[in-house]
Amino acid sequence: MYDGGKILTGLIIGLGLLLSPFIYNAGKAAKAPEPELTPKAKKANECVASKSFMRAWHMQLLDEWRNEVVRDDDRYYRPREVAREMRLDKHLLDQWRHLVSDGTRHYIPKKDKVYYKSLQMTCMDCHSNKTKFCDECHNYMGVDPYCWDCHIEPEEKK
Amino acid sequence: MGLNRREFLKIAGLSALLGSGAKAAMDILAPGELEAAMETIPLTEGKRWAMVIDSHKIDDELMDKCIKACHREHNVPDLGTAKEEIKWLWKEDYEHSFPEQEHEFVSDEVKHKNFLLLCNHCTNPPCCRVCPTRATFQRDDGIVMMDLHRCIGCRFCMAACPYGSRSFNWGDPRRVTKVEKLKKLNPGFPTNHEYPTRTKGVVEKCTFCDERLAKGEPPACVEEANKIRKGALTFGDLSDPESEVRMLLKTHYSIRRKPELGTGPNIFYIV
Repeated sequence: MYDGGKILTGLIIGLGLLLSPFIYNAGKAAKAPEPELTPKAKKANECVASKSFMRAWHMQLLDEWRNEVVRDDDRYYRPREVAREMRLDKHLLDQWRHLVSDGTRHYIPKKDKVYYKSLQMTCMDCHSNKTKFCDECHNYMGVDPYCWDCHIEPEEKK
Repeated sequence: MGLNRREFLKIAGLSALLGSGAKAAMDILAPGELEAAMETIPLTEGKRWAMVIDSHKIDDELMDKCIKACHREHNVPDLGTAKEEIKWLWKEDYEHSFPEQEHEFVSDEVKHKNFLLLCNHCTNPPCCRVCPTRATFQRDDGIVMMDLHRCIGCRFCMAACPYGSRSFNWGDPRRVTKVEKLKKLNPGFPTNHEYPTRTKGVVEKCTFCDERLAKGEPPACVEEANKIRKGALTFGDLSDPESEVRMLLKTHYSIRRKPELGTGPNIFYIV
């Protein structure tokens, strides 16, 4: 092998560079995201759907909302009514079953509440801490939703 | 079997008679509904939104106030240049508002008057026909809506609209909070925290204040105008023969912008 020493050194250095991030972070688990609830959200104690559903499928819900609001002018969300419809309509329930692990996309809220379908006005009213709530998981997952290009995020006190 | 000639003629005559009778019956029992339904859009709750602008009652000062109210409500930025201007509600002189009506002997009063312009919410909107993503579409009540989530910024709609009612965001409108020169033009932007801004690369326009209509409120410009001078702007339902807009149109001579194009504009100007 001509120039074997040089080639081997080069390979070792190259491999070392390639693996350096793994070596650097070895043994350190990345911190799991811990989205924080605002006092207002804690006090409300319930969201528009169950926690497990919201955690996994809030983007689908927001997508549904934006279509219904803009295209159908259907601006109010009634969890109880939706839940009732789901139970009556077996086909609809089957359609959505794959979306939830615990089978509770729509739980029955304690109060018969009506929500105005709006990210900016309803969601962010309770979850007014975008950096500690939305960004916490989004950054961890490396996703960059473009909601905030247009929708105005609430001002946060640093 | 089958019909002979005599029987066929009898049936044909009878159905023709019934047909014309039905129109008369509709006119008595549900006046206005049939003619509204005969327009191209189907009617939901019998609605077809329209606006009547009384050019005798509106002046430049009032127009500016309406424009300001609209832009405040919808976070419309002032970008300083005509090339990048975002237009929801704006004013233009007679010659450019009604180019096909203009002639050299038009009265001085009209010639030098400005008119308040906005999206005409056409009955037969060419913008919706050309939109490749259906981002712009016509609601059942006639409002030509923008679904900004879908807009890809191709600007076909801008080419299709004969009224120049659509504006393209060449850059991020939120830069007005960062660029020193634009900061002065847009104090407190975004002015309404209950309404989004737009983003770079989408086309925007007047939506007849759909978010206010949903709450039962009139459009922002109409509310502002009526605060100062009643009857300058009137908003209402064309399919309702008792509505204020229909009454105004019945009793006043009105014109529309470029009706010869067949778009069926729903903004009427009393001149």
